[in-house]
Amino acid sequence: MAFLEVKNYRKKFGDNEVLKGVSFSLEKGEVLAVIGSSGGGKTTLLRCLNFLETPDEGTLVLGGETLFDASEKAERAESAIRQKRLHFGLVFQQFNLFPQYTVFKNITLAGMLLAKAEYRQKKRDFAAVLAAAPKEERKKLKAQQKEILAEIRANQKRHIEEKAESLLARVGLSEKRGAYPFELSGGQQQRVAIARALALNPDILCFDEPTSALDPELTGEVLKVIRGLKSSESTMIVVTHEMAFARSVADKVIFIADGEIAEEGTPEEVFASPKNEKTRAFLQRSLAAGGEE
Amino acid sequence: MFWEVFVALSEGFLVSCELFVLTLLFALPLGLVVAFGSMSKFKPLRAVVRTFVWIIRGTPLMLQVIVIFYGPGLFFGWRALERLIAVLIAFVINYACYFSEIYRGGIESISKGQYEAGQVLGMTKAQIFFRVILLQVVKRIVPPMSNEIITLVKDTSLARIISVVEVLFVAETYLLKGIIWPLFFTAVFYLAFVGVLTVLFHFIEKKLNYFRV
Ligand SMILES: Nc1ncnc2c1ncn2[C@@H]1O[C@H](COP(=O)(O)OP(=O)(O)OP(=O)(O)O)[C@@H](O)[C@H]1O
Ligand SMILES: [Mg+2]
Repeated sequence: MAFLEVKNYRKKFGDNEVLKGVSFSLEKGEVLAVIGSSGGGKTTLLRCLNFLETPDEGTLVLGGETLFDASEKAERAESAIRQKRLHFGLVFQQFNLFPQYTVFKNITLAGMLLAKAEYRQKKRDFAAVLAAAPKEERKKLKAQQKEILAEIRANQKRHIEEKAESLLARVGLSEKRGAYPFELSGGQQQRVAIARALALNPDILCFDEPTSALDPELTGEVLKVIRGLKSSESTMIVVTHEMAFARSVADKVIFIADGEIAEEGTPEEVFASPKNEKTRAFLQRSLAAGGEE
Repeated sequence: MFWEVFVALSEGFLVSCELFVLTLLFALPLGLVVAFGSMSKFKPLRAVVRTFVWIIRGTPLMLQVIVIFYGPGLFFGWRALERLIAVLIAFVINYACYFSEIYRGGIESISKGQYEAGQVLGMTKAQIFFRVILLQVVKRIVPPMSNEIITLVKDTSLARIISVVEVLFVAETYLLKGIIWPLFFTAVFYLAFVGVLTVLFHFIEKKLNYFRV
């Protein structure tokens, strides 16, 4: 069984069926490029993977664990969905950085909040242990616990900050750690957004047209960063209009038209010898529009 | 003579200030509650809240003060509330409704992407609201809020219609005695107070200038 298995994802908005049964699989460390014309349902697919939308039908299995099954309505509690979301990261077309925080805080914020929740849980556990302990030992135990808790806290903080530093270096923005989003170019903002998504170590990182909101001269730096991630462990799904990029970086390409996968295969197969009529027409159009670099 | 009038007016203005501070204290948070009500996904609640806001914003504050003060006695034969309390209730409700619309505008102006960015990072709804959305909303609503709050300073003068002894009421007692200047002198109090508020809001705006939304 593949690392990620998406089966028969269907999504309707009112009467508009946007995903008409999308299935695909992906191995760990692979990069999947998703291409297709506007309105085909690419964004909707990514949003379903990230639990921002709930598919009407279908299942999602990640690393052997069923994260989503439309036939089971039970596991829809907010906290359960939040846990599942953490398996996925999403980089938006519009970056969506938090404007009131520095670059560094943008990257560390979510991790710090998760760590805090973890710390609180630990504290509650300790309090229970303390309450159960014999009276004469409590004082000593309490002191011990306090020490351990302080250490946990310090470790959490150090860990998150070190990670953020290394991610900043990876996206080439170490010197911008104290800057606010409005002080950055679009390309820089998107690189920060990538670092922010990576900070939580998602199993799969999704990109929704990460360069579409950028001036042409800024797309290169962002694509370079994404390309750089490929060498490592990360499994990625990239929705893109940059055909040359898709071709060179992807292990697998799917072409989505009208909510269905019209074509899938290796970049060679899809780009060099497309079988489907729609794919051919689409590739021709994007070639003509200068989609190739 | 001047000193005596000044002290009397000051005492009146202290009542105005009291009304101002207490109104803000209750109306600012209550407005947020009303704002959430008017944005609720639960349609009946939303309809009720929006209708209520329409009624409050659609009728004169003076009328509301009168209704709250005389209404319980007229309609139910209850004992009237203490004057200042009645005015305070009317003001709090009225201003909470105005504030709620400002809050709503502010909250709805924040892009969906901000919420979604928080969601995909595993934040809870509360964390997203308090850590991500709130400060952006505050930054956006400072100018309209300052307008509304400055209006409140002057609206406190409405309290005199049910004989709350605020600064204009005091001035009017002199007027009845044929002394006119205290009435005009009240402007000094209002101007000074609004001046301080203006500086304060300017300061807050500047403080929030370190980022852009
Ligand atoms: N929240 C929504 N409510 C209603 N309709 C929606 C919603 N989101 C998307 N749609 C519709 O779903 C269809 C697919 O949209 P989607 O954004 O997934 O396409 P896309 O392939 O990402 O297109 P693009 O290349 O332009 O980004 C469109 O017809 C769109 O109008
Ligand atoms: Mg899209």
